[in-house]
Amino acid sequence: MSELKFSEDHEWILVDGDIGTVGITEFAQEQLGDVVFVEVPDEGKDLEQGDEAAVVESVKAASEVLAICDGEVIEGNEALVDEPSLVNSAPMGDGWFYKVKITDASQLEELMDEAGYKTFIEGQG
Amino acid sequence: MSEDLKKTPLYDLHVELGAKMVPFAGYSMPVQYPAGIMTEHKHTRASAAIFDVSHMGIVRLMGENAISALESLLPADLENLAENSIRYSFFTNDDGGILDDLMITKVPGGLSLVINAACKDADIAHIKSKIGDQVEVEVEYDNALIALQGPKSVDVLARFDARCADMKFMTFMTLEIDGVNCQVSRSGYTGEDGYEIAIPADKAVAIVRRLLDESEVEVAGLGARDSLRMEAGLCLYGNDIDTTTTPIEAGLLWAIQKRRRAEGGFPGDDIILKQITDGAPRRLVGILPEGRAPLRPGVEIANAEGEVVGKVTSGGFGPSVGGPIAIAYVASDYKTPDTAVNALVRGKEMPCKVVKMPFEQKSYFRG
Repeated sequence: MSELKFSEDHEWILVDGDIGTVGITEFAQEQLGDVVFVEVPDEGKDLEQGDEAAVVESVKAASEVLAICDGEVIEGNEALVDEPSLVNSAPMGDGWFYKVKITDASQLEELMDEAGYKTFIEGQG
Repeated sequence: MSEDLKKTPLYDLHVELGAKMVPFAGYSMPVQYPAGIMTEHKHTRASAAIFDVSHMGIVRLMGENAISALESLLPADLENLAENSIRYSFFTNDDGGILDDLMITKVPGGLSLVINAACKDADIAHIKSKIGDQVEVEVEYDNALIALQGPKSVDVLARFDARCADMKFMTFMTLEIDGVNCQVSRSGYTGEDGYEIAIPADKAVAIVRRLLDESEVEVAGLGARDSLRMEAGLCLYGNDIDTTTTPIEAGLLWAIQKRRRAEGGFPGDDIILKQITDGAPRRLVGILPEGRAPLRPGVEIANAEGEVVGKVTSGGFGPSVGGPIAIAYVASDYKTPDTAVNALVRGKEMPCKVVKMPFEQKSYFRG
């Protein structure tokens, strides 16, 4: 049984057991505009919540993707290196950034569910 | 943060067209429309696009002393500028630095200047304090200013006034567009052929709508304007040039005409003329990264030994180049095209080479 959660930094994590797949939301990709470069974390990298996990650059600006929770990266999405525009076309699908082995599941409890996130971005106007 | 932002006469139209508005030099300006920067940029290179540049300032210096007075503030030769011709120049300071860059048009009875939005107030104060007793300074508040840029601009504008097709690049003329007299320059800052058009503010929305009705024309925002000018190797004031950079360092010697090189007579002339003879310690160059990571302003440039030899002043993604491009100051030893350097990005060395600008070739109409 997998579960989708959202952060206030406009990231999502799809949790399946102790494995999470992380990406940025539709709202975030719209704000960024045309994505031209993505740097994903290497396999084996230890992340602490709030660390810089990935870099995403649009035509105009560079942004950091912060680690949504503690864990060890088990895979970075290499497809984004060759085709960064997947972040724009499929932010919640093929445009995922990395998979992580979650080490502190309690951090996920602070995240929002889909309805909560929807309310949150409405407040961001 | 947005309460005090000024609006251009086209503000409501931008919002209606779905623009993402951002604060820029005290104005609320469209950074992009729903099509996005990439599409807007490519459309400009392939066809024609309209940019709102009403935030820029138009100032007229009138009177018989206008030429000699303005020449005392900048290194352009205005004596030999033909009527209705335009010249690019920059106000210099006593250190040989640049206070602002601008376009100067010789008009009947004086000169018309287009200055940067962010420097507008300082420029006007500078002009008034230094030469206000020699010329009449008229600040224009009643016009919208748009740029129609791209290879199809001429075809579009010729449907309204056929005379535009005969204008040479960097010349000026009053044209009648849809029954309205507009002040038109064949010029721009995108590396493409095109026009900059001053329209009476109350007629601006109607004329822009008429132009947008033409099948070749789309709107484009500040984001595309920036990537276009970067590809064209054109300096942005505040990024690539400022009070700490000299025109020679910035590669702007071409804008200092022969007579002024010989005679001087502008602020900082001792320093600037000396650099013309002896060379400048650093130079503005194009940087082409080998990888795909864009280099942003502030990124350091290092030599093979890891020693920092320069810094990026403009950089990002060039949609027409199809990859990252940057503009940087490097120590003069590294200015030669094809010199290998490294950009230091997030603690990593990214291999790059120095290249000649522009990154994209221009196609101006020289007549």
